[in-house]
Amino acid sequence: MVDPRASVINERLKGIGRIIAVSSGKGGVGKSLVATALALTLARRGCKVGLFDLDFTSPSTHLIMGVKDVQPKEEKGIVPPVVKGLAYMTLVYYSGDRTTPLRGADVSNALIELLSVTQWSELDFLVIDMPPSISDAVLDLIRLVKNIEFLIVTTPSLLAFETVKKQVSLLKDLKVPIIGVVENMKMNRAKNIERKTKKLGLKFLAEIPYDPKVEEAIGDEKKLLDTVLAQKIKEIATDNAI
Amino acid sequence: MHEWALAEAVIRAAQQIAEKEKLKEVKEVTIKVGELQQVEQDILRFALSQLKPASFKNAKFRLTTAKTTLRCRVCGHTWLFRNQKLDEDTAEAIHFVPEVAHAYIKCPKCGSPDFEITKGRGVWLENIKGVR
Repeated sequence: MVDPRASVINERLKGIGRIIAVSSGKGGVGKSLVATALALTLARRGCKVGLFDLDFTSPSTHLIMGVKDVQPKEEKGIVPPVVKGLAYMTLVYYSGDRTTPLRGADVSNALIELLSVTQWSELDFLVIDMPPSISDAVLDLIRLVKNIEFLIVTTPSLLAFETVKKQVSLLKDLKVPIIGVVENMKMNRAKNIERKTKKLGLKFLAEIPYDPKVEEAIGDEKKLLDTVLAQKIKEIATDNAI
Repeated sequence: MHEWALAEAVIRAAQQIAEKEKLKEVKEVTIKVGELQQVEQDILRFALSQLKPASFKNAKFRLTTAKTTLRCRVCGHTWLFRNQKLDEDTAEAIHFVPEVAHAYIKCPKCGSPDFEITKGRGVWLENIKGVR
């Protein structure tokens, strides 16, 4: 018995210029906010951009952008609706706001299903909001998607950065390109994370100060784009890093 | 029309196996369709017939249905998906991504949403026959 779905995944993704997985070692570091701000920024720069929320058990990009009452179209697969200028895909279209307790094998199956039936068509960028840590979804995505690149988000916490080190080690072993590291929610001027990132041979992309306005912007993508977080992401996006 | 995307995956996987097995012509492809995904078999069959490449021109597609069995991980109870009463929207959500069944279905015995889909999840390529 053969699962036929994996055979079609790279065909589905062939019209996409770059696939950027926004990832983190730990949860709660602002990965979904960075992924959403990056996708919105690239789209406002005139690029065709998709955003794919792969954090199936704790999705939040729909809350960040205030997405309501949209559904994908069914046309020889699933065509993601255009939301806030992005081709936007999330499991929430099917699970609603219900708790969806998925084990690792279920996450893999749902991931493979969506990758094999989603018709993204032509995009300059597909930004993926990854689940935290080294989970089945991370390993499957690396296995199944050619040309994937990772952008890693951390906080100034050494605990968060310890998990980043493990993730970087895995990505290096699997020869997956890493765009760089973003330090989010910074509350002092310490350069620990920048120094440690460079020691790993990676590009330190930005330090984003803790900005209470980000919480107030949840549900409104225009307000989000006015935050310091979005400003820093814009600098990364225009600084030839991406 | 989600069945078209699944049909395309079946054809591609079958082509890859045929190439690996050095089959010049494929005569028969057997596909197992799990009940959970509620695939419209007529549409799937039609899509397969439209998508098949030249080396599959005389191929027959045999579709078999696999009953979906669910097993509770908490109390061990086993039950059949076909006995589950679902409204149209829920059935459609599960059709697109079978794993969202975990958001809607609970063990009929103990109420746990932590269950395993032991059989009959989606579309599987079961067998290919052809000539070398």
